[in-house]
Amino acid sequence: MAKKIIPKKTPMREQPPKERAKNYDEVPYGYSEKEAMQEARRCLQCKKPICIKGCPVEIDIPGFIRFIAEGNFRGAIEKLKEKNVLPAVCGRVCPQEDQCEKICVLAKKFEPVAIGRLERFAADWERAHGESSVPKIPRSTGKKVAIIGAGPGGLTVAGDLIMQGHAVTIFEALHKPGGVLVYGIPEFRLPKAIVYREVDYLVKCGVALIVDFIVGKTATIDQLLRDFDAVYIGTGAGLPWFMNIPGENLNGVYSANEYLTRSNLMKAYLFPEYDTPIVRGKRVAVIGGGNVAMDCARTALRLGADEVHNVYRRSRKEMPAREEEIHHAEEEGIIFDILTLPVKYIGNENNWVKEMECIKMKLGEPDASGRRRPVPIDGSNFITPIDTAICAIGQSPNPLIPQTTPDLKIGKWGNIEIDSETGKTSKKGCWAGGDVVRGGATVILAMGDGRVAARSMHEYLTTGVW
Amino acid sequence: MYRILKREQIVPNIHLLVVESELIHKNAQAGEFVVVRADERGERIPLNLVDWDSRSVSMIFMALGTSTYKLAALKVGDEIATLAGPLGKPTEKVQGKNIVCIGGCYGIGALYPAIRMFKENKNHITTIIEARSGLLLYWQEELRKYSDDFYEITRDGSRGFKGHVNDFLINYIKKNKTDMVYVQGCTYLTYLVSQTTRPFNVKTIVGLNPIMVDATGMCGVCRVIVGGETKFGCVDGPEFDGHQVDWDTLLARRRVYLDKERYSLSFYECERYG
Repeated sequence: MAKKIIPKKTPMREQPPKERAKNYDEVPYGYSEKEAMQEARRCLQCKKPICIKGCPVEIDIPGFIRFIAEGNFRGAIEKLKEKNVLPAVCGRVCPQEDQCEKICVLAKKFEPVAIGRLERFAADWERAHGESSVPKIPRSTGKKVAIIGAGPGGLTVAGDLIMQGHAVTIFEALHKPGGVLVYGIPEFRLPKAIVYREVDYLVKCGVALIVDFIVGKTATIDQLLRDFDAVYIGTGAGLPWFMNIPGENLNGVYSANEYLTRSNLMKAYLFPEYDTPIVRGKRVAVIGGGNVAMDCARTALRLGADEVHNVYRRSRKEMPAREEEIHHAEEEGIIFDILTLPVKYIGNENNWVKEMECIKMKLGEPDASGRRRPVPIDGSNFITPIDTAICAIGQSPNPLIPQTTPDLKIGKWGNIEIDSETGKTSKKGCWAGGDVVRGGATVILAMGDGRVAARSMHEYLTTGVW
Repeated sequence: MYRILKREQIVPNIHLLVVESELIHKNAQAGEFVVVRADERGERIPLNLVDWDSRSVSMIFMALGTSTYKLAALKVGDEIATLAGPLGKPTEKVQGKNIVCIGGCYGIGALYPAIRMFKENKNHITTIIEARSGLLLYWQEELRKYSDDFYEITRDGSRGFKGHVNDFLINYIKKNKTDMVYVQGCTYLTYLVSQTTRPFNVKTIVGLNPIMVDATGMCGVCRVIVGGETKFGCVDGPEFDGHQVDWDTLLARRRVYLDKERYSLSFYECERYG
């Protein structure tokens, strides 16, 4: 007799919205052992699991879930780590609903297995149970790899190539590793201690990490290639976009990158204990509908705002942010001004933003992205008072490497062009992936790109064939 | 961590900082800067490179806020948490030109690598350094080494010419063929010189110092309007055409955190001195 399936995911307990909107602690608490085992037993253990196809790093999903169902949590984390060097991170920030969970067989009739929550559980269980075990590192191949950027993509390449016996050095421009996981994603969504622990694990495996090293300036790629056999460029999307509307350079108008970097990397939320300041606005407008916008809005709330408006030019349905993030933001009291586009910021006599002029939009025909194009409604302009605006409308790749590497082929958005099968750039010995190729994407896509490139790099390092 | 090889107050409130680095000199060029962070809780701040060799880099700064007070308290053998660079676009190389180089305050030090580079490129260099008083002028010998003409200006007349740099500059440009003016110093000095040279239509390159965080192009706090376009000080600058800079916006943006900077400094002094 077929087992009876529980239709819904085992719920995950969370900090109450009113409470958490005032602190930086993580919002969901994570599963207990009992809850995890209960959820794991919902997995049908399909003979031909299609969920794996939805995972950019090809985790053996039923494999690790089976271990959890059996109560073998050590087995589960070891299974995860075969394919994923950052399970505690991915369990938290991957958009599982668009990937593995979307194609889970259960999802046809019920809610899918909570794969992300189970991944997080396994990683957290390991963290709570002492030192992580270091796998046996194969004999050295004598080949040296330089990885530029200690973000999710670079860390994945490092993990994959160290396990093949290559000597790996990561060069990081900032003073802390983690890339967007550290400067971008807030503490309440991804505690930094978790990221550092995952990085420490790689260092224990033998990866060398050099911070404060800006490739393109401290040394160029050509200079690195004198000492290294292969280079992976994972420098991310480091150039914020603005809307080019009047008043954007007024004081109090931030890019999302600046706002989040101050708060997350520099710990401005702990000012004056930490030296980096941040404006604690009372009426804050966050422009944009992605995850970064949600992070900014929720950060503004925690920094003491009375009212935080998320201003988005399309409708709620088109918002690119994860449903979970929008939901959390709504619960915490973020006000959503959809179908609204800022057209101008107005300053006071000291050059501080005091008002924002917006226009109302309606949805027209679908555009190239398949989403219905927002069209301004004539005469619908209105002015709203604000003291802080945060522009979270996206970013393009950081220019430092393209500027200093003449033979690297660059696309029209400043992105590095690659062969998508291998991650190879136009420059011999150089691979790239993640946001420096894609513009603004996700952590897991950067990791998937890293996995693809690492495979190709290993082949090149063993055969010497480009 | 990066070891301090020297930290010296060279004139009242202005300090020389020499930090161990075997890396940064390799690609360092005139006009570039480094980012430093005094300690684990410190801010990332940009400081102009004033000199470098195979084992160290040197910077000159004025003690003004928490970050620079922390740096000013360092002793030989202490360590700072961050030293990263070189950053920014190097000073544009020109040849065979008559260049007037002007420095004030912490910018006097920043002139040094620029005039060295200009001299190597066979330009005629007139160097002008200015301060309120003679006791605030420094590095005269170093700067003279690469200068064809050298002038000092003080507002109190205690050294060199008495008065303001703009009065002197107007006279100088009227009498001498001047192809370019290059300025390093506080925002007010760079602004003043740009306004002075504008009617003469003499190309004026200014070293700006907008607020920065990552200083690699990522955050955009250092945006400066140049020729009507928004540029990033850290990756498009920090040197720009002074006649194209929107000075009002720059001056206002420098003051974004003024109240917090004051608060931070009093907090630091309370913690340190009780």
